[in-house]
This record gives sequence, structure tokens and C-alpha cells, in this order.
Amino acid sequence: MNLYERPVLFAIASVVVISVGTLVTTFIPLFMPSTQPVSRYIKPYTAIELEGRDIYIREGCNNCHTQTVRPLRTEVARYGEYSKPEEFAYDRPFLWGSRRTGPDLARVGGKYPDAWHYRHTVDPQGMFAKSNMPAYRWLAEKKLSTDYTAKKVAVLGYGYGPEEVARQIDAFRLQVADPNFPAANQRALVTPGPVRGEITELDTLVAYLQKLGRDVKELEKRSLERK
Amino acid sequence: MKDDSHGASIARRFAFSAVFWLIVGLIVGLWLAAEMFHPALNLTPWLAFGRLRVVHTNGLIFGFTLAGVFACSYYILEKLTRTPLAFPRLAKAHLYLFNAAIVLAALSLFAGLNTSKEYSELEWPLDIGVVVLWVMFAANVFGTLIRRREKQMYVSLWFLIATVVTVAAVYILNNLEVPVNLFKSYSIYAGVNDANVQWWFGHNAVASVFTFPILAMFYYFLPKSTGLSIYSHRLSIIAFWSLVFGYLWTGAHHLMLTPVPEWIQTVALAFSLFLIAPSWASVINGYYTMNGNWEQMRTNYLAKFFLLGITFYGLQTLQGPTQALRTLTSFFHYTEWVVGHVHMGTMGWVTMIVSASLYYIVTKTSGREIYSVRLANVHFWLILVGQLLFTVTLWIGGIMQGAMLKATNPDGSLAYSFLDVVAAFYPFWMIRFAGGVLYFAGIVVFAYNLVKTAAPRPMAASRNPLFRKGGIG
Repeated sequence: MNLYERPVLFAIASVVVISVGTLVTTFIPLFMPSTQPVSRYIKPYTAIELEGRDIYIREGCNNCHTQTVRPLRTEVARYGEYSKPEEFAYDRPFLWGSRRTGPDLARVGGKYPDAWHYRHTVDPQGMFAKSNMPAYRWLAEKKLSTDYTAKKVAVLGYGYGPEEVARQIDAFRLQVADPNFPAANQRALVTPGPVRGEITELDTLVAYLQKLGRDVKELEKRSLERK
Repeated sequence: MKDDSHGASIARRFAFSAVFWLIVGLIVGLWLAAEMFHPALNLTPWLAFGRLRVVHTNGLIFGFTLAGVFACSYYILEKLTRTPLAFPRLAKAHLYLFNAAIVLAALSLFAGLNTSKEYSELEWPLDIGVVVLWVMFAANVFGTLIRRREKQMYVSLWFLIATVVTVAAVYILNNLEVPVNLFKSYSIYAGVNDANVQWWFGHNAVASVFTFPILAMFYYFLPKSTGLSIYSHRLSIIAFWSLVFGYLWTGAHHLMLTPVPEWIQTVALAFSLFLIAPSWASVINGYYTMNGNWEQMRTNYLAKFFLLGITFYGLQTLQGPTQALRTLTSFFHYTEWVVGHVHMGTMGWVTMIVSASLYYIVTKTSGREIYSVRLANVHFWLILVGQLLFTVTLWIGGIMQGAMLKATNPDGSLAYSFLDVVAAFYPFWMIRFAGGVLYFAGIVVFAYNLVKTAAPRPMAASRNPLFRKGGIG
């Protein structure tokens, strides 16, 4: 029996040959605790942060920004504590990226005030002349669609229901439209009048960026206090 | 003599589809290259880098390369089995639906509908379309193989079978997602597992689109166009099985020093180094095939495409495993070095082999000599020099980036801000763009030469209306 004269047998042999590495390096790890650790300090995204994350995906931000800090001295000095597996428990999909045309964002939460992000996202060159980031003006002009927010949260199993989603959306709208919102001035500068009282796509993107790495920073602060 | 079997006619139409998507994909690539140093070009949401880059990668991987693979597969299949295509009408439907799917894919990516997983960005309805198209292709491959008249299957057919099987496995498993609506879905895997599955896919998409079928072309069209038989059959057997076995272990070399478990990274690294052997087995097989006939580099316009192509394949498969080493990955990963690496493979290896194979197919199926050997030579030199200028610039720049990002002051603080590193890169981005322009000019020459080869010559057409059939499909 000659394998090179039997196409179907040859195909079956190929399947067997490609399955070995697949089973060992991809399939079996799916069920190992080391690939899916959980920490009670890592919280799922709020409905607003999740919508911001979906804007991040839609615009392809992951094509220029990574979200994983490697355990290297200069990298930790530049970005902060290196990334741990449990931080990504709620990330579907993961957004680690593969190229840093811009800096890593895994620890950007809390690094700058909201107003900084409102200004920078809409006009990066206005802030840094040598930046080559696109200016995302349209995010500030577009009202967020919340038609599928509750369904998204349900699909991802974040553990809160549609009433909580509606409550979070209402609370966030009041927060960003409030004249006492800390970034109110900068937000008004970039947001056109008709949508100022609404949640814009940029509002949610800023909320998402502010979430990145915050749980880990919180954890660090607590362990410092204990010392 | 003109070859007008069903396989040949489908092959020719896929060949021109490939050239069309190549030109579209490269225009998008040039725009992106210019955006790197001139961000004002991010004019509209659909022209912004984040969306446009995905159109570039998908357009060239799936539009250009797969169309080229289909063209060559249908052609090779009939020749090596000495059997007509099993389902010619299915192949025709495949041709039309494939091009329609690429249009829809491009439009959806422009609109921002993407899953974010690299080279697997299409949303779920299009994923289903891709699987249907693949089944249509597979039906003809296996249908024709089962009915074949030639007893022994040649090495190109092994690589074709491996392509069909591997693409199906990695594409389906990486795209398992839960739909929210028609335009949005979430991966069924989370965090570390999603990353691990994604790069198992990512690397094997490279294997099964940029390696297996391109090697199938190399093993068929090199002997065909030089009149020399492959040096060692035994070497190709060893190379085939160890390559197909080894590739599936290596995905995590894209995830070195990330939260993916360390043992998966180390296994991936070990297998990456192992893959040098079967990769170079094909390189050596190609070189020894030319033994005593190297003057064909001068006399045969196709030979140099194949030999430079396999040389870049050899360099690519040395550079890849090397840059995965922990010390080097810590320096090079996330810099433009890696972008240079990818483009040596695609612009050097894949396009060299695919262009030469398409020249061969279009001349044979039109029953004519090539329109201009001289233009083919111009095409060759432009894409060679353009690619080298492009990749070498990014390697030099990548070394600078890596060094600047790691530089520290005597007190241990960072020497450069991220913005300093961006600012230092502008000249490199401009030279890379120039390399891209040269390369694109070469491809325009290629397209012109191919169209002229296929188009009916005025004299012949007036005398014999049957020649019209040989026009562009």
C-alpha cells in the first residue's frame, strides 16, 4: 500500500500529523488552570467600558498599540508592572497586539486625566507635533448606539442583567453631561452641540482606556499599604 | 499550442483575479506606508490606519495569494493527474463567489466590522462564506485526485492536500465565536487561551497560505520552466512530513515573554529552530536541481524568479527562528524589524514564485510566448530592489528602535521617551515608502506584460476568430 497513490489516505495522514502539535500546544492548554487563572481583584468591564472596548476593536487600535507588558526592566520602567494571565480573564477577544507603532496601553488607566484623552484622541498632533497617530475626530461626533449593549453583556456572561446595564448607561450619561464633570471643558471643545447631552463613542473609549490596568494598580497600592 | 481545458481556463481567470487584488492591496499598502510619516492622510474613518491595515493584509493574503494559489492548483491538478477537473462548473462558481467574497470582505473591513484577531478579522457571516468556498475548492481537489489517471502523486499534490487540510482546521478553530448580531461576535476563547489559539492560527495561516502551496508551485513550475527534474525525491519526502508536522507547534513564538505559559513558549521556540531543517531541504533541493545549468539564470527569464524566491524563503526561515530566541525577541518584538521580516517573505518569496508561475500559466493557456521578456526582466529587478530597500531599511530602523527603547541613563532611568523613538523613525518610513513605490512599479509592469500576453494580437484575431477565446476571462 503506497501512501503517495492514495489521496484520501494521504489527507487522513496529514490530519494526524498536524493534530499532534495542535493537541499539545493549543487544545490541552485550553483546559489547564495556568491559562485561565481568576483573581477576585480583576473586575469585568462595565457596560460602558465594554462599548468603549468595541470601539477600540472597530477602529483597529490593536494594530498599533499592544496591551501586554513584558517582564523586562526597561519595559516595566516605561509602562508599569508586567502583565499577568489573570488580568485577561474577561477579554474576549484578547487585545495584546503585535506591533508598537504607539506605546503599550496595558497600564494607561489613571495615567492621564480624562481631559487629556479627550484632547489627545481627537488631535494627537496638536499635543505632540511628532506623533503619527490618526486624529479620531468622528468618535466625538457620534452618539453611542446602545441597542445591543445588554445582549453583549449577556453573551459575555459578565454577571449583571439588562436592568443594571440600563442603570449604568443612564448614570454615565448624567455623569458626562454634567457641567461639573472634571473633563467638561475639554469634552465640550471636541463634542458638537447636538450630542453633548448624549453618550458619544469617544466617551466610552475614554472610559475603557481608564479601566486598562486599574485593577492591578489598585492591588499594588493595597499591598504597599499592608507593608 | 493553446491549452483550453476547463482547468486551464479557470486557472487563467484566477490568475488575473490575483493580479487585480495584488494591485489593489499594494495601493492600500502604499497609502498606509505614507500615513506612517504623514498622518494627515488618515482622512476618513475608513482610511484611518487601524481599519486600512486590515484591508491591506486581508486583501493580499486572501485576495492576491489565495487567488494565485487557486490558479496554480487548478492548473497543476489537471496536469499532474492527467485528468480533467472533476467539477468544472463548481470551479467556475468558485471563481465568481471568491471574487464577490473578497469585495464584501474589503467593504466590511472598511466599515470597521472586524473581530480584531490578526488575519482572521472577518466577522462570522463572511467566515461561513470562506468555509463554503473552501469546501468548493476541496471538492475539486479530491474529486480530481480520486479520478486521476496518473498513479503516483507528485510532491506538489502532497503540498496541495496539506494546504486544503490545514487551512480548514486552523481557520475554523480560530473563528469559533458567539454572534451578538449579524455584524458583531465575541470569541469563544478568553484572554490567554484566545491569544494562544490566535497565534497557533496566525502562524499556520502563514504555513498553509504562504508556504505549502507556494512550495507546491515551486516544485512543479521550476522543473517545468527549466526542463530539469527535481534533484532528490527522497529529500522532498523528508522535507514535506517534517515541515507539516513541525509547523503546528510553533505559534507561541509570536507570544514570547507574554502571560502565555512559559512551557508553551519554549516548545514553540524549539520547534521553530527545528523547522530550519525541512525549510532548507527545499532550498537545497532547488539549488541542486540547477546543478550544471546555472546559466539559465541569464538565459531563462523565469529561472531567476524561482531561484531568488527560494533564496528569500531560505533567509526567511533562518531569520524567523532566530528572532524568536528570547534575547532577540525581547529586543526586536513589536518593532519595525518584524514588519521587515514579514515583507521579505511576502514580497521576496511569495510574489517571486507566484508571478513566475502566473507567467507560465498565462503563456501556456494562451498558446503564445510571453509578450516581452525584457519587461519581465524589468519587473524582476524592480520588485527585487524595491523589496530589499523596503526590508533592509526596516531592519536597520528596527535595530535603532530596539536600542533606543532599551537605552537607560547611568541612574537607571529611561534615556528616550516613546515619542523620541517615533520621531527618530520618520526618515526610515520615507525610505520604506520609496522601496514600496519601486516594488509597485514592478508589479504594474508585470500586470501589463501579463495582459498583453493574454490579449489577442490584432493580426491573429482578424484571421482567426477562435483566438478571441484566448482573451482575458
